[in-house]
Amino acid sequence: MKKTYKIEVDCANCANLMEDATRKTEGVANATVNFMTQKMIVEFADGADQKDVMKNVLKACKKVEPDCEIEL
Amino acid sequence: MQEIIIDILLSVVILASAGMLIFLGKKSMNKNQRVMMTRIMIASIILLVLQFISADVFDRLDNILFPTAGRWIRLLCYFADYLVIGYDILKNAAIGIKNRRVFDENFLMAVATVGAMALAIYENGEYLEAIAVMLFYQIGEWFQGYAVGKSRKNISELMDVRPDYANIEVDGKLEQADPDEVEIGSIIVVQPGEKVPIDGVIVEGSSSLNTSALTGESLPREADVGDEVISGCISMTGVLKIKTTKEFGESTVSKILDLVENASSRKSKSEDFISKFAKIYTPAVCYAALALAILPPVVRMSFMSVDPEWGIWIYRALTFLVISCPCALVISIPLSFFAGIGGASKEGVLVKGSNFLEILSKTKTVVFDKTGTLTKGNFEVNAVHHNTINEKQLIEYAALAESASSHPISKSIQRAYGKEIDRSRVSDIEEISGNGVTALVDNVKVAAGNDKLMKHLGIEYHDCHSTGTIIHIAINDKYAGHIVISDIIKPTSKEAIKALKSAGVEKTVMLTGDAKKVADKVAAELGIDTVCSELLPADKVSKVEQLLAENKNGKLAFVGDGINDAPVLSRADIGIAMGAMGSDAAIEAADIVLIDDDPKKISKAIKISRKCLGIVYQNIVMALVVKFACLILGAFGIANMYLAIFADVGVMVLAVLNAIRCLFVKKL
Repeated sequence: MKKTYKIEVDCANCANLMEDATRKTEGVANATVNFMTQKMIVEFADGADQKDVMKNVLKACKKVEPDCEIEL
Repeated sequence: MQEIIIDILLSVVILASAGMLIFLGKKSMNKNQRVMMTRIMIASIILLVLQFISADVFDRLDNILFPTAGRWIRLLCYFADYLVIGYDILKNAAIGIKNRRVFDENFLMAVATVGAMALAIYENGEYLEAIAVMLFYQIGEWFQGYAVGKSRKNISELMDVRPDYANIEVDGKLEQADPDEVEIGSIIVVQPGEKVPIDGVIVEGSSSLNTSALTGESLPREADVGDEVISGCISMTGVLKIKTTKEFGESTVSKILDLVENASSRKSKSEDFISKFAKIYTPAVCYAALALAILPPVVRMSFMSVDPEWGIWIYRALTFLVISCPCALVISIPLSFFAGIGGASKEGVLVKGSNFLEILSKTKTVVFDKTGTLTKGNFEVNAVHHNTINEKQLIEYAALAESASSHPISKSIQRAYGKEIDRSRVSDIEEISGNGVTALVDNVKVAAGNDKLMKHLGIEYHDCHSTGTIIHIAINDKYAGHIVISDIIKPTSKEAIKALKSAGVEKTVMLTGDAKKVADKVAAELGIDTVCSELLPADKVSKVEQLLAENKNGKLAFVGDGINDAPVLSRADIGIAMGAMGSDAAIEAADIVLIDDDPKKISKAIKISRKCLGIVYQNIVMALVVKFACLILGAFGIANMYLAIFADVGVMVLAVLNAIRCLFVKKL
């Protein structure tokens, strides 16, 4: 299950950090953050609850980049 | 002198920020940017005011309140200003340390400015420096965010061909539906000025289609009933009713969007290099700064027995930290690639990732498939020779005689005739299998076929020197000439090969399954260096492998029409699929897709990639040279913190502006 989210992030490096953080979140199989199009493509692991996972993803991203935003 | 310059700069900043807040307003700045701009303005005003009140004024407070009161109040004022401009940097630096993520820009700036503040408190001197450095850093960051955001938006808009709705007729009224929900076989209505949302076939109406969003081609294409239309085109003149043949998700426009949006996630070597470099560079400079702060004073103290000059060396170390931000590199390289991909897609060249742009720029050998790539891939009447009667009349006779046949050759003659065939004029059609036909046309005996037919009928004929399929015609048992039918070369093929050569491609190769004679002729006409003919599809792969082994320096690009070339496309260093509108296999297998059939776009793509890579290298070299120069100057105490921050912000601004140049590729 793949889903695309709109994000707001100001710098390319921060986008990379968000990508790393998202990948490490439980329930995420793979993730790509595209700084240029301001999008995050998250591939969920089987059986993961998307809403819960995305909450944790947001938390993890806020930790590495306090100014970022993910539109859930 | 320096103070006057700073004062002037501050005034300029105040005026500029006020102007931007008033005139740009909400439209082009988001909330964060507006807040930041306001903070920059307030901090600049406070700083400017504080500059005009000298330390003496504060010192007078000592007499009124208590000793050293003036010094503390002055510190308090400056510190308040420092917090206005830099509190978020300090906060982020603290969060970074808490999350064990030191060595980011925030950390560096926090350490550098806090250090400068501490030195100033210690000496009751220059608070200005710490605040000004922070202020200019924030201005740089703001500009970077604004410029990148703006160009990102522009490029995305450029590539956004996504249709928002599809018109469906319900009970005689038009309703807008989500393109995603339109089923295959539905009838959609496209009005003048609207985008075609889904691929389909026109069932009613005709119009000029503007395909420039897809192909970069500015000439509109005429489309009529029965023609296929591709989503993303804009209907310009008439109302079209289109029967959809694909779902929205499978339509050309969705595929293109998908491809472009995912393009920048495939990183090029330069990008990888920069992210690795940034990971090493920043910590390295930090440790170097630490060493610069500690080692020279210690050496001076213990070995040379002179004053350690801690203040000077710590200041130099802090200057080091300011220079160490790698933002110019980190931002400008992906931006250059993104702009390059955006510019290319505007020209009808879809690049699947920045890595492919990089490989393309190093291409030295271009291998072509013949049919469908350099030639049109369908048979057409190419010439009429030795005709005793009018050319048109000869074709008319041939077309009528062949009217019953559905053979591709007959079809092409009928196409060349171009008019409706009146079957009543033809009688007694006799097809001689493998030879041709004889028939009575307007009661004239016509024979059309190959040399065997002529021999069979005992008619003397002229052999043809041209390559292709030859149809001899005899009228009333007399030889009347022959028609040459062949796959014709695309009008731009020759120019394309020439353009490739001038773009620095060393070798062009043509692979084809066609007969040697035909292949050689086409190659000679186009000026291709090497030809390999009579190849089976599997031979093409081994031939490409052989070529790959032969040239180790440059990269090899294979250009095919994508229909049966998928294995070769994926085997080459870089696969370019042509005329791929709607061809799934091509989009899948190729690394670069040329939306229209024009082979000239190959050299264009190469030029775009060269320009893009050129800009990337310019930015890397410029940023590194300036940084290292500043580091060295800083270490010897020649460059102060102001120079450092201006070098940092200046390089970043130049790099971003330079990166935007990648977008302008129209004239390449």
